[in-house]
Amino acid sequence: MALLEVRDLKMYYRTLRGHVRAVDSVSFDIERGKALGIAGESGCGKSSMATAVLRLLPTNGEYHGGTIMMDGEDILHMPEEAFRQNVRWSKISMVFQGAMNALNPVHRVGEQIVEAILQHEEMSHEAAVERAESLLDLVGINPKRFGEYPHEFSGGMKQRAVIAMSLACHPSLIIADEPTTALDVMVQAQILKAMAELRAELDLSMMLITHDLSVIAQTCDSIAVMYAGKIVEYGSVFDVYGKPVHPYAMGLVESFPNIHAERSAVRSLPGFPPNLLAPPSGCRFHPRCPLADEECMQTEPAFREVGNSGHMAACHKAEIVQQGVDIWAQ
Amino acid sequence: MGAVAAKLEKKQYQHGDVIMEVRNLTKYFPVRLSFIQSLKTDKPPVLKAVDNVSFDVYKGEVLGIVGESGCGKTTLARTILRLTDATSGSVALEDVDIMKLNPIEMKNLRRKMQVIFQDPYESMNPRMDVQTIISEPLRIQGIASTVHQARDVVASVLADVEMIPPEEYMSRYPHELSGGQRQRVAVARALALDPDFIVADEPVSMLDVSIRGEVLNLMLNLSREKGVTFVYITHDLATARHICDRIAVMYLGKIVEMGTAEEVIRNPLHPYTTALIGAVFVPDPTHRGISEVLKGEIPSPVNPPSGCHLHPRCPYAMDICREAEPSFLQYEGTHQAACHRAEKARG
Repeated sequence: MALLEVRDLKMYYRTLRGHVRAVDSVSFDIERGKALGIAGESGCGKSSMATAVLRLLPTNGEYHGGTIMMDGEDILHMPEEAFRQNVRWSKISMVFQGAMNALNPVHRVGEQIVEAILQHEEMSHEAAVERAESLLDLVGINPKRFGEYPHEFSGGMKQRAVIAMSLACHPSLIIADEPTTALDVMVQAQILKAMAELRAELDLSMMLITHDLSVIAQTCDSIAVMYAGKIVEYGSVFDVYGKPVHPYAMGLVESFPNIHAERSAVRSLPGFPPNLLAPPSGCRFHPRCPLADEECMQTEPAFREVGNSGHMAACHKAEIVQQGVDIWAQ
Repeated sequence: MGAVAAKLEKKQYQHGDVIMEVRNLTKYFPVRLSFIQSLKTDKPPVLKAVDNVSFDVYKGEVLGIVGESGCGKTTLARTILRLTDATSGSVALEDVDIMKLNPIEMKNLRRKMQVIFQDPYESMNPRMDVQTIISEPLRIQGIASTVHQARDVVASVLADVEMIPPEEYMSRYPHELSGGQRQRVAVARALALDPDFIVADEPVSMLDVSIRGEVLNLMLNLSREKGVTFVYITHDLATARHICDRIAVMYLGKIVEMGTAEEVIRNPLHPYTTALIGAVFVPDPTHRGISEVLKGEIPSPVNPPSGCHLHPRCPYAMDICREAEPSFLQYEGTHQAACHRAEKARG
């Protein structure tokens, strides 16, 4: 049994003009100790998925079906109080996007970690301080800086402190939403390296949400590529990067320049993602897809296994893409 | 475009000519002190954003200026455009020292040098439609007095940035465009005056990766087909490697290495460049390995380390690195670097 099993999850935003289908029938698993990367363009629903799993919906967010099981327990339908007490932060914690701004500027960094611990566990303040110090040490911050304020930390250190906070209650799953996007390349490498080491040490699972496919390639075991609220391709990173079968996943993988490759034109995917208030009929990618035909415009493709076991995709033309034709060559 | 184009006289160039010569360019910002602090010090501290930088830009090339945030690359961009005045040094565009021009001469010269800013959401007036945005430089320069007169130019630059048919986009407002389209409008606006020289400051960092390519390839094509010179300011070495002819790497206000993209990426001479290349993630799970990057973060440019600015983070630092600033020397080909270790290895 996987640690986290999400099945058919639907989360829509209610607006005056109808429902925005940000997460629309999404299914995936995260195995214990493994990392799943969620990739896609901005607006594809990847951050909405994180808030949906943690039950942190904004007031206009609504679940429209599906289940989220953790350790065999349905965490989507349990009472909010039980979820807050036993799941959020103690089993699943989160590193938010732009974590440098997630810290309260008028509180000491260390005390903010202590607060997170005391919210969830019965222990003395002294014991919590001790744990917070060891957490800072764990993420590579000198525990002597416990009493400093966020403005005294550099961007990379703030991100490390937020990671320390996410580890405060020994969770088994961390959801990291664009954890390094605002950081410089050098600091990004330091942080991701530290996260990989922590995961190995603490046997942590991770759901890493990012638009940066190179980060997923370097840090995750499997990947889900999202487009317009749906997962269009899912599988091990070796399958998806090596032999992508969905035209969108293929285009996305190829639009990443590889610094070590021969000089070549940088690829791009023409067009832009659809409005999720009224997504296109059939396959949502058909207006941008070079292979689209009548079938793609009318019938929504099934999410099915293609190629290696566990390699799933939702595309009518998967077999054509699989033959290795460069469908994006202009 | 006839009559309008005739007003923009252009110099004829050979490929490989120098279009801009930057010499000993320096830009310091004063650091504000509290009253008490200012009593304690007789020499007020300065932030050395750009520190004694010299380089040439060749006609028709794409020159990449790469570095982490805070290394001074944006200040360098603003200073060579004289959007901010330099503390000292000279910048000559087509042999005219732009630091010495009066405001009227400067305004005329701005026809030849344009800029593309980072954020296509902030750099356009949301109340103007596309043709008004693009024709604004023409009206400011007195080349066209109304939007209508500029219509031909607007249509032609929109076609240049592959927004076809142009008529369809002219009356749209920025909010009706995608991020990539907006940034193409920004490129079109920069092209409206038919400039020789365009500085693009992080033009794609706000865009989704899937559409970065279209803006970058557009720049590359414009440089190849129209001979427009681009200075591409970026933190992203991977895209620089693919679109730049030459790359300059900046660290704490100085250029530490410069050469053709091939020279800099394949055979980096400066440990900072090596680390920067190592920190770039490869989108390929079969080539894993986050390499050993430099420790710590970029220090404050107010009080940069002595000698070579990199020495506290450099794995190869020697005594001389702490004491003396390395000189910017020529190596094989066009490759230049400022590193004591490389100098020693060369003999």
